[in-house]
Amino acid sequence: MRSVLSAVGVFLLVGLLFSTCGAANVIVIGVNAELTGSIPVVGQSCKNAAEMAADEVNKAGGLEVAGVKYQIRLIVEDNEDKPESAAAVAQKLISQNQVLALIGANASRNAIPAAQIAESAKVPMISPWSTNVKTTQGKRYVFRACFIDDFQGVVCAKFARENLKATKAAVLYDIASEYNKGIAEVFKRSFEQYGGKIVAFETYTTGDQDFSSQLTRIKQTDPEVLFLPNYYSEVPLQIQQARRLGYTGKVLGSDSWGFPDILKLGGADIEGHFFSTHYAPDIATPVAQKFIKAYEERFKEKPDDVAALTYDSFGMLFQAIKAAGKLDREAVRDALSKITLYDGVTGKMKFEGTGDPVKSAVFIQIKGGKFTYYDSVAP
Amino acid sequence: MAVILQQTLNGLQLGSVYALIALGYTMVYGILRLINFAHGDIFMIACYIGFFASGAFLARHLPTWAVFASTLLTSMVLTALLAMLIERSAYKPLRYAPRVSAVITALGVGLFLEHFTLATLGPAPRAIPPLLPAANYNMGGLTISSLQLMIIVISIILMLLLDTVVQKTMTGMAMRAISFDKTVVPLMGVPVDRIISLTFAIGSAVAAAGGILYSQAYPIINPYMGVRIGWWAFIAAVVGGIGNIRGAMLGGYILGFVEVFTPTILPSSTYRDFVAFTILLAVLIVRPTGILGRVAAQKV
Repeated sequence: MRSVLSAVGVFLLVGLLFSTCGAANVIVIGVNAELTGSIPVVGQSCKNAAEMAADEVNKAGGLEVAGVKYQIRLIVEDNEDKPESAAAVAQKLISQNQVLALIGANASRNAIPAAQIAESAKVPMISPWSTNVKTTQGKRYVFRACFIDDFQGVVCAKFARENLKATKAAVLYDIASEYNKGIAEVFKRSFEQYGGKIVAFETYTTGDQDFSSQLTRIKQTDPEVLFLPNYYSEVPLQIQQARRLGYTGKVLGSDSWGFPDILKLGGADIEGHFFSTHYAPDIATPVAQKFIKAYEERFKEKPDDVAALTYDSFGMLFQAIKAAGKLDREAVRDALSKITLYDGVTGKMKFEGTGDPVKSAVFIQIKGGKFTYYDSVAP
Repeated sequence: MAVILQQTLNGLQLGSVYALIALGYTMVYGILRLINFAHGDIFMIACYIGFFASGAFLARHLPTWAVFASTLLTSMVLTALLAMLIERSAYKPLRYAPRVSAVITALGVGLFLEHFTLATLGPAPRAIPPLLPAANYNMGGLTISSLQLMIIVISIILMLLLDTVVQKTMTGMAMRAISFDKTVVPLMGVPVDRIISLTFAIGSAVAAAGGILYSQAYPIINPYMGVRIGWWAFIAAVVGGIGNIRGAMLGGYILGFVEVFTPTILPSSTYRDFVAFTILLAVLIVRPTGILGRVAAQKV
């Protein structure tokens, strides 16, 4: 009995110690990341960038809010890449750690349930990487740093029409996957709005390896650009087969191409083609260069889009806290929604009444076996 | 017109590969009355063997045709050995067990092969280097790739060779005899176990050849690639008449044409499996033993 009592005593003491620590000019921010599960790379990049963003502010003496300097304290929790876990992590960070704001989760399947928790607890949350519309739809407290899926369909259509000067486009997409299907349909609509013509709109099903039938039909309609909003493991097969059937035009894709593996799998066949994504590692803005250099020095690898978007999420959050002038969740939310310009690693962005930023997409060309920045396109 | 010709070529290419794989199903079924559901995954292993073999041979700076020939041979031999090992360790102990036990074991072997590959080599897809010349020839709107022609021609040669082995040699005669009556044939001095092993070896070697050709046409391989192809080849074998070698070839080409012509005629490629299974059901209703299958009286 006594040992239990003393254990409780120690526990209370430690709790007291921590809470007094917390009171001394500290802002607590929760990070909800996919550290284990099927996409651990995403969680790790998110954690790395979060630590970097926090350390930069702390080293500079802290974040100045209404004349007082505050240190940033991160609480990083693993959501195991499971929706129910992501919700539980959000709940824990809000009620137990009393965080001012949440960063993450990243994948849409985790971000959507986490967003519901944040919304009902009235805690501002920014998802760096979730592109699904539902994450922010109808919510006041949830924001994101990336663009949404539909948006890529629009910018790809504009890029095909204006940069590639195409009048006839063909699309081949995976009808069984929400992501591919959404982008393909928006692309079709927008390309026609921009005055182009969709000459072929063909489908396949996840896991297919033979696309010769669909590509033969596409070839027959003689398109100037072939749009493939599909995953990096399938795109090389599609381009190779199109080439074998005699298609010689340009090929365009979406951010699902943006994995280094596509270079290995595609080889010479994907050379010269374009895709839209969140950011380019060789983009020339000073903000991006500074971030990339610091990240490489610290973690010995090139930052991917998750790292860049997480860093921007923190940047926007810090800007909003400063603008709010007080450590109040409601005030921070209002300040976030009123950001008129944030110059981030992934480009300039602003919020216009919703949780989705207005920003431009980056187009990358595969050149010399590398991802090379080509252009930025705003809708 | 050019479209129809082009699609016919596409169908021939795909059908050749399905036919090569369907042969393995049909041969094993013919001799053991066992549907070897691990066959699609054996095909996948053959592709992985091809991946490593081609890498090793390319490193020796051999001419490409020599690399292709040695990759093909290596993959066929190693895959045949693997199939014999599987037969000895997983199927032979169940030779006199109820047939459903053997089928479940086959499913288990398939899952084992998939996940063993996944665990040891990882889920990331790999690219097979091009070993066959890939030049395009244009003929009035029709684009013929040399790769497509090579695949069709090599497959047909292999099938003719196999047909000759089964119809003309003593081994082939023994195989046909065992499939006819498994209890009497050993009394005639036929080494049943050895012939069964050999059947597995030949069926899998042919699937390996199919795998190497397939991975030239579709040069990205992953541990799950055998699943869908395995199912389609299985349907091909049943449609053609399972147990009948020429039936498997016919079934392979029928399925190849279904896959290619469905998106051409119907509005979407999603109708493909629907059409394939409708054909399967129709064949089973009209001719339960398949198009070329012989009508066997069930012994009671």
